[in-house]
Amino acid sequence: MHIASPRPEDWLVVRPEGLHCVPGDFFVDPTRPVERALVTHGHADHARAGHGRVLATAETLAIMASRYGPAFAGATQALAYGEVLTIGGARVHLAPAGHILGSAQAAIEHAGTRVVVSGDYKRRRDPTCAAFEPVPCDVFVTEATFGLPVFRHPDDRHEVARLLDAHRRNPDRTLVVGVYALGKCQRLLCLLREAGYDRPVHIHGALEGLCGLYRDHGIDLGPLLPATVAERAALAGSIVLAPPGAIADRWARRLADPIVAMASGWMGVRQRARQRGVELPLVISDHADWDELLATLGDVGAPRVWVTHGREEALVHAARAMGIDARALALVGFEDEDS
Amino acid sequence: MNRFAALLDALVFTPQRNGKLRLLRDHFAETADPERGWALAALTGALDLPTAKPAMIRALVADRVDPVLFAWSYDFVGDLAETTALIWPGPRDGARLRNAPPPTLSEVVEELRAATRAEVPALVAGWLDMLDATGRWALLKLVTGGMRVGVSERLAKTAVAGIGAVALEAVEEAWHALRPPYEALFAWVEGREGRPDIEAAARFRPMMLSHPLEDADLAAMLPPDFAAEWKWDGIRVQIAATAGERRLFSRTGEDIGDAFPDVMAAVDFTGVLDGELLVVRDGAVAPFADLQQRLNRKTVGPKLLASHPAWVRLYDILLDGEEDVRELPFDARRARLEAWHAAHRPARMDLSPLIGFAEWPELVEIRTGARAAAIEGLMLKRRASPYLAGRPKGHWYKWKREPLAADCVLMYAQRGHGKRSSFYSDYTFGLWSDGALVPVGKAYFGFTDEELQQLDRWIRNHTIQRFGPVREVEPGLVLEIVFDGVQRSTRHKSGLAMRFPRVSRIRWDKPAAEADRLETLAAMLADTATPAG
Repeated sequence: MHIASPRPEDWLVVRPEGLHCVPGDFFVDPTRPVERALVTHGHADHARAGHGRVLATAETLAIMASRYGPAFAGATQALAYGEVLTIGGARVHLAPAGHILGSAQAAIEHAGTRVVVSGDYKRRRDPTCAAFEPVPCDVFVTEATFGLPVFRHPDDRHEVARLLDAHRRNPDRTLVVGVYALGKCQRLLCLLREAGYDRPVHIHGALEGLCGLYRDHGIDLGPLLPATVAERAALAGSIVLAPPGAIADRWARRLADPIVAMASGWMGVRQRARQRGVELPLVISDHADWDELLATLGDVGAPRVWVTHGREEALVHAARAMGIDARALALVGFEDEDS
Repeated sequence: MNRFAALLDALVFTPQRNGKLRLLRDHFAETADPERGWALAALTGALDLPTAKPAMIRALVADRVDPVLFAWSYDFVGDLAETTALIWPGPRDGARLRNAPPPTLSEVVEELRAATRAEVPALVAGWLDMLDATGRWALLKLVTGGMRVGVSERLAKTAVAGIGAVALEAVEEAWHALRPPYEALFAWVEGREGRPDIEAAARFRPMMLSHPLEDADLAAMLPPDFAAEWKWDGIRVQIAATAGERRLFSRTGEDIGDAFPDVMAAVDFTGVLDGELLVVRDGAVAPFADLQQRLNRKTVGPKLLASHPAWVRLYDILLDGEEDVRELPFDARRARLEAWHAAHRPARMDLSPLIGFAEWPELVEIRTGARAAAIEGLMLKRRASPYLAGRPKGHWYKWKREPLAADCVLMYAQRGHGKRSSFYSDYTFGLWSDGALVPVGKAYFGFTDEELQQLDRWIRNHTIQRFGPVREVEPGLVLEIVFDGVQRSTRHKSGLAMRFPRVSRIRWDKPAAEADRLETLAAMLADTATPAG
């Protein structure tokens, strides 16, 4: 009797908790507590507390411990990029995703088929993390956060130059830049240093812990000072980084004549920036833009693509036009707009 | 073009008036002629170009971009110019065009002015290939008209005046005699030349505008200091007959004389007058809808001239013959106007009567009683005020009558544009008739940003059907709509149309079944006939 080899959609399936690898009995980035979780990176919508056992890079585990406390999971296991692990009937290894410190793609093999779950990724150079490595595979599972052809991110050096130009032209004002606490904040600090800005940067209290963690991992962020609103006058003429929620808040309004900037891939759309009250939109993204999403599909050469979160329908449409068997994967729980 | 694009981009992201003013002033001071003059013309709506319709832009994109991807992108971005600017893939023949220097604003304007309508698409496509995303966005704003960068005509003029030693009032007075690219204006403002000759032709003089009357204002106003008039529901016009020419200007200085040959034929005098353009039949003012039939036409046929005769109800005089009387107080100008009218008796014109009153309560009663369709409320004008350009505070007040209200049920919602793109902010609502809802109007303002977010959420959670950008929702949310009047309409299924509908309250508490019925609205139909003044 001939036994057909199992199809990947039969052993990697969508469950309410998230994407489930049946032969290994683990979930990738589950959004609810599960017994065994493989976590691609430390952003809160992918890395949640309360799982039984967590497999991730050492950096991701450190980020989770920093955010949720050391008891965030029953047990943890660190897996280095390239190291192979057998879990039940599945072989797993991690490859850099280039998204943030410790971010990984999960390559899962079973019955002669390799599926790569890329998590969130980008293709640009980022001084704070290892660059994305395309892993040839049979099925590529991709995000589509910026999965529309209106998203073509400019060179981040150009954006940093605009930030520094605004800073020079407004010596009496405080330049408040909204940044996500994990990843964007530290990347922007490194980009500022690379552009020659060596003065202390003031950071909001909510950013201190993760900046410390990045430093502990050997990433030089240059001199940082706490952004204490009490020292309003001292902050005039300086650059202040704060979480996105704080920039439009009373906190920022108490600063000296603030110019509100925001570093995010969404800033490429004017009206989005205006809705957030941003005066200086900086298009600096930790996700692949449209061209990079399509280029990545070509690089991994997978005949089949599953699209998880973002603007799935457009990427599925474009992938099909490239002759790829693409479909949207109905995962819930990943934050979308302005996350 | 790049410089102009950078200016527009900065203006969009600069919320404060002073910040915008600084950007404009720097631009006008640092940019050479004629580039700065074309920018000024674009910002003040004075550019007369063969404009591109949105359909043309869509066709250009469809030629380069997968229409499915474009449709999704447009739905996400919510602005045609911005979507196109971002999605434009660049020239077909690669780097050759991209390396050509991008066109200047002057080149774009001059080529467009010389082009026929059929040549415009190819020109625009060629420029899109040479510009970056910001430049493309600015170009598309320019060719589709309507900058929408939060700069009023007055702010732009303030910035021009600000680069030299000429007062804003002087710039405004001269404005309508000047033509883009305004080289003579800049030369004058910068003190290189004297004021340009502005008396060579009949020109528009800036109108005096009013403020809405707040309850607090009235307490501080003395009845003997003010004259009261009806606020007519027509459009404000200025008749200018000077320098041997005759013109009929709208409130913004646009010459609309060609659409009103009946009125123009009656202008057989010298002077400049201010009044309300109306349709008047047998001495009775017709509803605004009738006047609308006459507006926005290049020419008008004999049938329409006979069925919708135009009329001007005068209420002020700026030039009595050749004498400028704007410095005189209102009372003196009124006396001049009455004497002028008695002497000339022009056809198709009469005087807006003054309303006698002694105390405010008396006037309140008159205003409450004014339900005629052609009357929007009252005007209060300070007797001692000269005729001042613009909207000076404390001189003229408009006192609209209380709006009508109806509880309507939300039926459809559409995504907004501009700042509200991605939010469902345009609402179609209906009233009950024989157990079903009949749409009666559309509103897109009257709520706060916070309420907009709540409405948006409610709509997304209660959608029953989608038609492109429009969502049909469950009949479950009651909106209290206020409006200035009700007219008969053949365009609406309900046979009725509201005037200036806006959301006054969101009735989260009210069950949809308890919303108003269509008959309630029909009962609010105003008398259509109004006695002549």
